[in-house]
Amino acid sequence: MNLAQEVMVVAGKDLRIEARSRVTAQQIVPFGLVVLLLFAFALDPDRGVLRQVAPGLLWVTVLLAALLAVSRSFSIENEHGARDGLRLSGLDPAAIFLGKAAAMAVELLALEAVLTIGVVVLFDVSISSLGPLVLATLAATVGVVATGTLYGVLVAGTRVRETLVPMLVLPVVSPVLLGATRAWEAGIDGVPGDAWPWVGLLAIFAVLYTAVGMLAFGPLLEET
Amino acid sequence: MTLLKPWMARALGGLTLVGLVVLTLFGLWGAPPDAVQSDAQRLMYLHVPTAWIAYLAFGVTAICSALWLWPRTRATVWDHVAGASAELGVLFTGLTLALGALWGRPVWGIWWAWDARLVTTAVLFFLYLGYLALRRVPAAPETRARRCAIAALVAFVDVPIVHFSVTWWRTLHQKATVFNPELSAHIHGVMAFTLWWGVLTFTLLFVYLLDRRYRLAVLEDDLEARELEQAITERIGGAGPVAAETAGSGAAR
Repeated sequence: MNLAQEVMVVAGKDLRIEARSRVTAQQIVPFGLVVLLLFAFALDPDRGVLRQVAPGLLWVTVLLAALLAVSRSFSIENEHGARDGLRLSGLDPAAIFLGKAAAMAVELLALEAVLTIGVVVLFDVSISSLGPLVLATLAATVGVVATGTLYGVLVAGTRVRETLVPMLVLPVVSPVLLGATRAWEAGIDGVPGDAWPWVGLLAIFAVLYTAVGMLAFGPLLEET
Repeated sequence: MTLLKPWMARALGGLTLVGLVVLTLFGLWGAPPDAVQSDAQRLMYLHVPTAWIAYLAFGVTAICSALWLWPRTRATVWDHVAGASAELGVLFTGLTLALGALWGRPVWGIWWAWDARLVTTAVLFFLYLGYLALRRVPAAPETRARRCAIAALVAFVDVPIVHFSVTWWRTLHQKATVFNPELSAHIHGVMAFTLWWGVLTFTLLFVYLLDRRYRLAVLEDDLEARELEQAITERIGGAGPVAAETAGSGAAR
């Protein structure tokens, strides 16, 4: 098998588990929607604040939900000695990293699609130019899943993983929140051209952390 | 095992203490009050050196982590120094933020401003706070060292990205005064001396504390190894060759 096929095998496995257990669909996505609802409670919908800050709220929600997705992605490897199975499978560790990240990216993209509909409907947001929004979302998602997968395996097997992952991931992905929010603001209300530097930054982040993850995943998987 | 020989550590400690006394004298009385900021500006003699040490410490952590990961230079010492330096880095970053807030209140009129350098420093603080939390997770020494070394580098790679992103976002901070080619044109001679003296003294303080913290880490490792040995002896309960050997050496002592 070449790298791409191995990636597909691992991603397919994670997505099949999701198709059967529906944890993302029935727990993580609804969680995201509840957070949007809570933001509306906190920031009184009548004052028009929600519409202005919708991109920021959307991306904070995505990051919070992504933490759950990371936790889920590695808890399925904890059961029935699945991590030993992965280690012994002979798959390239870089492929395991990419596969797990890809599966998580698919789940997050679905979540983001639902949340986008959520902010359009609930927060009265109208999207003026779709291009930068889509590209920024893709790049930001890759950056978040690469970082999440890397830290997921880093703390896998420790007893404090659920509490440690947020502490480690959130500061690292803070530029992603900043970039994605600014790009979305430009795509919704502002000048669409303002989004491109941020899309560039998000892309650099995504490439950098994907590369680091591919390099570091092998030694980390051996350890845990 | 220490980084410095005991007499060097003592000498360095003494030198640092003298340096701090001189810094206090110059900072509070020797240097003239600032024309615009008056006495509040004196906080800079601490703020700038602590910020410098914070960055230096995280740099040391990154270099040591890389040295640990590189198979040819892999040694426990790098893991210990990386951890010790990160602890000092977090401490000095915290001090930088606190001193900056104390200075900002009278000069800017606010405790905190959403300015690029402030935000970067705050993110840096949390990045390495996470790293320290990871260091505390129990694991086999080699596992922990690998995990932490990778986490340190992942965090370090993030620093420039955070910096650029928040710089684009907003910038209001006054331009760097010390690392500026036209230094002498900007600040008075005694003030410049005090600032540089502060940087020098805090660098000595950093090396001294790093050495102390490293020694503590080695002692902690040693204690852990001894406790493990003792637990094994107790579990075996005086039977078997291992217990006999340990009991024998105990009697000989």
